[in-house]
Amino acid sequence: MIPAPFDYVRAGSAEEAVALLVEHGDEAKLLAGGHSLLPLMKLRLAIPSVLIDVGRVHELSFIEEQGDEVAIGALTRHHDLETSSLLKEQVPMLPYIAHQVGDPQVRHRGTLGGSLAHGDPASDLPAAILALGGTLVAQGPGGRREIAAVDFFKGFLETALAPDEMLVEIRVPKAPGAGWSFQKFNRRAQDWAIVGVAAVVNGTTGIALVNMGSTPLRATAVEAAVGGGASVVEAALLAAEGADPPSDINASSEYRRHLATVLVRRALEEATS
Amino acid sequence: MTMGAGAFSGKPVRRVEDPALLRGEGTYVDNLKIEGMLTLHFVRSPIAHATIRSIDASAARAMPGVVGVYSATDLAFPPAPALMTLRPGAVRPALAEDRVNFVGDPVVVVVAESRALAMDAAEMVEIDYEPLGAVVDMEDALSPDSPVQYESIGSNVMIGLRSGSDDPLAGADVVVRGRFENQRVAVVPMEGSAIAVDPTGADYDLTVHLACQMPHMIRGVLSGLLELEPDRVRVIAPHVGGSFGGKHLSAEGVVAAKLALELGRPVKWVETRSENMVALPHGRGQVQYVELGLKHDGTMVGLRCRMVGDAGAYAGFGGILVLGQTKIMAQGVYHIPEIAFDVGIVVTNTTPMGAYRGAGRPEAAAFLERIVDMAADELDMDPVELRRKNFIQPEEFPLTTVMGAEYDSGDYEVALDEALRISDYKGLRDEQAQRRARGDRMLLGIGLACYVEVTGGGEEFAEVEVHDDGMITVKAGTSAHGQGHATAFAQIAADQFGVPIEQIRYVQSDTARVARGGGTGGSRSVQLGGTAVLQTSKLVVERAKELVADILEAAPEDIVVTGDGSVGVAGVPSKAITWAQVARTASERGAPLQVQHDTERAGSTFPFGAHVAVVEVDSETGRVVPVQHFAVDDCGVIVNPLLVDGQVHGGLASGIAQALWEQFLYDADGNPITSTLAEYAMPSAAELPSFTTAHTETPSPVNDLGAKGIGESATVGSTPAVQNAVVDALSHLGVRHIDMPCTPERVWRAISDARIGTLPDPWREPRTEMAAFPKEGASEEELERGAESVNL
Repeated sequence: MIPAPFDYVRAGSAEEAVALLVEHGDEAKLLAGGHSLLPLMKLRLAIPSVLIDVGRVHELSFIEEQGDEVAIGALTRHHDLETSSLLKEQVPMLPYIAHQVGDPQVRHRGTLGGSLAHGDPASDLPAAILALGGTLVAQGPGGRREIAAVDFFKGFLETALAPDEMLVEIRVPKAPGAGWSFQKFNRRAQDWAIVGVAAVVNGTTGIALVNMGSTPLRATAVEAAVGGGASVVEAALLAAEGADPPSDINASSEYRRHLATVLVRRALEEATS
Repeated sequence: MTMGAGAFSGKPVRRVEDPALLRGEGTYVDNLKIEGMLTLHFVRSPIAHATIRSIDASAARAMPGVVGVYSATDLAFPPAPALMTLRPGAVRPALAEDRVNFVGDPVVVVVAESRALAMDAAEMVEIDYEPLGAVVDMEDALSPDSPVQYESIGSNVMIGLRSGSDDPLAGADVVVRGRFENQRVAVVPMEGSAIAVDPTGADYDLTVHLACQMPHMIRGVLSGLLELEPDRVRVIAPHVGGSFGGKHLSAEGVVAAKLALELGRPVKWVETRSENMVALPHGRGQVQYVELGLKHDGTMVGLRCRMVGDAGAYAGFGGILVLGQTKIMAQGVYHIPEIAFDVGIVVTNTTPMGAYRGAGRPEAAAFLERIVDMAADELDMDPVELRRKNFIQPEEFPLTTVMGAEYDSGDYEVALDEALRISDYKGLRDEQAQRRARGDRMLLGIGLACYVEVTGGGEEFAEVEVHDDGMITVKAGTSAHGQGHATAFAQIAADQFGVPIEQIRYVQSDTARVARGGGTGGSRSVQLGGTAVLQTSKLVVERAKELVADILEAAPEDIVVTGDGSVGVAGVPSKAITWAQVARTASERGAPLQVQHDTERAGSTFPFGAHVAVVEVDSETGRVVPVQHFAVDDCGVIVNPLLVDGQVHGGLASGIAQALWEQFLYDADGNPITSTLAEYAMPSAAELPSFTTAHTETPSPVNDLGAKGIGESATVGSTPAVQNAVVDALSHLGVRHIDMPCTPERVWRAISDARIGTLPDPWREPRTEMAAFPKEGASEEELERGAESVNL
C-alpha cells in the first residue's frame, strides 16, 4: 500500500530534530530506520502529517566506552550492535540479541533507539536493555535527562518520552564476565517472539520478558526468588507472576505463561552454567 | 558432440529462462509501460456480510487525477467468471451490487492517473453498510439457521450428496475414526494478481496482459463476457511470478477490461499484498469425517467419508474439489473394496475458494494417510507394514478404482522401499526408541505418507517451424509461469532435430502467436505439451526426411538426422544438408518447414510416491522442528531432473508449510486475522530442512514421453508425512491426532492432555444435516465434474 500524503523534513542534528518536534507538535513523527513506523503508514494505520527524518544524524550512531558503561547512540543500527567488537567483549548479550531481530535487511535499517522509543512489548531489544539495567538519555528543548530503563516503558507502545523529546543515547553497564542468556521462542525465524526471556547474572540477577504484557517487563518475582536463594527450577515457576500476557493467533495467555516458566528456567540454567 | 535422441532429454540442463530473470529483464505486468495508462484501485468491503445502503463517491470523483469512480450501479459490468459453477444462480457480480459477502469484496473502483492518486481517492469513498450477520465456519453453514448468502437459493448448502457403498464398514473387526481439519490456506504467490488492458492497439479491440495460467481459455471467457469476437482479443501471459492454481481472470480483471473499453484508454490493476491475501482465492478448506474398517490382520475392508467443503463467498469453484479430486483419489494406493463418500459444499462469508497446488488431491492423501496411521496405532502394527499389506500391486495396472479413476501405472512398494532405504527408516526407529528410553526432552517423530495423485488428461497443441537460418521455433499451448517449459520443451525438440538447445526458440502464452492451447494447470504441461512438442517435431523431421531424400536422390528410409545439425544419408557423412538448407528448400518449394499439430486426447496420469518426514518435538514447549525430509516421487519418465527437483523442492515447502505453519483465519464476525505476512505464517528457507529427493521411474503408458506430472506431487506427499511425524513423536504418550497446522500450542496441549489423561476424542459425529442429503451413485455427471477439475 501507499501511505497517506505527508510532509517530510530532514534533521541534521538532535537539536534540529527536537526543534522540529516542538514546531510540529503531535502531527509529527520521528523517522529513523522506519521498520515499525512505515508499515503502519503503508496500512494507513498511522497517518502523521510530518515525518522528521533523523536517519542521517550520524552523530547519534556510535558505540563507545564511557567509564563503567558502554554508550550507544540511539541511531545505531542493529547490524552495528551485532558486529561491535566492543559490545561482544563488554556486553556480549546485546550483539547476540541484535542478531535475532528480523532478517539482515531489517537489521541494516532498524535502530536501537527506534526500537526502544516504539516500545513494542514483542520486540527483543527493549527487554535486553531492561535486563541489562540500562539507562536511556532523552533530549528535549530544555536539554538532556536520564531515564532508567525500568522507568521507560509506560504502557502499550507508550514510553516516558515527552512529545518534544528524542531518545539520543542508551547506556549499559559493562559486564564482560556476566552470565547471560536470551531465549526467543517463535514459529518462524523472522517473527517477533511469542515469548522471549533475557537474563543477566552478574552478582545480581536481571530478567526481562518479551511479549508477556503491554510493556517489556522485568520478572521481579523470579529475580527476588533467586536473590533469596531459591533454586532455578523453583524460581522459574514464578516467571509469569505479575505478567498479563496477551492471547493472540500465535498463543493463548495460558500458553504464554507456561512458555515463560520454561524459558526463564532455561535462561537461568544457561546464564549460571 | 553428437546430438540426437537422448542427448538432452533426461539430463539436468540448466534453465534457459533464468539469465533474463536474473538480469531484471522480467516482463511482469507491473513492468509494462503503456502511454496514457490509467491505474485502478478498489474500495473493498470491511464487513463480511452486509447490504449496501448507499455509496457516496462524489468527494472521490473530485480528487485530483481521478478519471472515474464506478460502482455496480454506475456501469453495467459483466459477472465475474466462474471456472466451474457449483450451482445455478450462485453468480458473482464483478463489483458487489446490493450486498457484500466477504471482507475484501470489491464494491467501488477508482480510476486515476497514478496508483497513489487512486488510493487517496479510494479513501474518500463513503459506503454505508447494514450488517447481516456472517457465517464463517463451514460446518455452521450446513445449518438452515445460518445467515443465507444467496436468498434466491435459500440455503448456504450448494451441493449435498451422498454416494457409494451403503455399509462400507460391514465385516470390519476394527473401525478407526477421525475428524480432520484440512485448513484454509492462502496461495501467496510472490507476484499478486496483475492485469493491464490496452484498447488502443490497431490489430485488436483489446490486448490483455494478464498474470495467469491459461491465456487461451481466458481469451474465450473474456471475449464472451464483453461480447467481442474472440479473434479481436489478444491475451498475453508475460512473466508470471508464481500462480499455484490461483491466477485466472478475476472479478477485478473483468472490471479492468470493461473500463478499458469504456474509457478507450489502457488501464492497469496490480494487486497489493494486503489485497492479495483476501482477494486471491484461498485453497483447501475441508472438514473430513473419516472411518476406516479393517480386519485384525490389517486388511482394509471399507472406508466411510463424510466431508464438508468450504466454497467461501460466491460459491468459489474450489469448493467443488472435495467432490472432484478429493473424492476420485479417496482410495489412494490401497485396496479398499467398499467406499462411501458423502459431501456437503457450502458458501461462507469468507474469501472465495479456488485451486491451490494439488487442488483436492492433497486433501485426499491427508485424510487417508492420517487414518491409516491411526489404524496402525490401533492394531499395533508398524505403519510401514500396514501400508504394504494393502497396496495395489504393479501387475493390476491399468486399474479402474472403486472411485472410478483410471490408474495408468504404478509400483507403490518400490517407491516405499526407496524412501525407507534413503531415510534409514530402521535407524530412525532405533534412535526414536533410544530417546524415549532415555526420557529425552527432544522427541523424535517419524512420519510416513504413501500417495497417488492425478494429473493431466486431455489434449494439447504445438507448432514447430524450421527457419531459413536454421533456427527452430517451438510453440506450445501450455503456459509456463515459472516451471521451465522453455528449457524442457527445447530439450525434447533439440533431441529430435539433433541440434544444440540454443538453436531452439520457444514461444508460448500469447494468443496472437500460439494458435490454441490448454494452458498450464493440474501438472499437465510436460505430459501433454511436451508430448505435443515431441509429436510435432517428429512430423517436421519426417517431412524433412522426404525432402532431403528427394534432394539427395536417396530412399527416404535411408535418411537420418545426423546429430550435428544436418539431415542426410545414414553412414554417408558427405551426403547431408543442414537444417537451414532444408528449410530454404522447403520455402522455395512453397511449403515452409512448419507443422501445427494437436495431440489425441490422453487419459490422466497418476504420479505416486512415498515420503518420510523426520521431526523433533520439544516436549516442554510443543515446538516442532522438521529436521529431515525424504521424498521419493515417481513422475514417470523425467525430461529434466533439475526442473523436477525444483518442482519437488517447492512442493515440499508448500506441503510442509500446511502441516506446520499456514492457516488463514477469521474471527467470529468474518474479519480476516492473518491478512499480512507477519500474521500468516508462511515459512522461509530458515524454517525448512534440507530435502533429500529421489525418484523411481514408472513410465505412463498414456503418453509418448511416458511422463506424469510433478508440479504438485511433493505437496500431496509431504503434508501428511509431516503431520504423521508430529503425531508419531507423541504416540507413546497416547496422542492419536493433532490437527494442522501443528502449532506449538496445539502440540503442547496434546502433550499436557496426554499427561493428565484429558486427551480429546479425535472423533465426533458430523452434523445431522449431512444424513439428509440425497443419495446418488457415482453418476456420469459427477465423474465428469471430477475430470474437469483436474485441469486447474
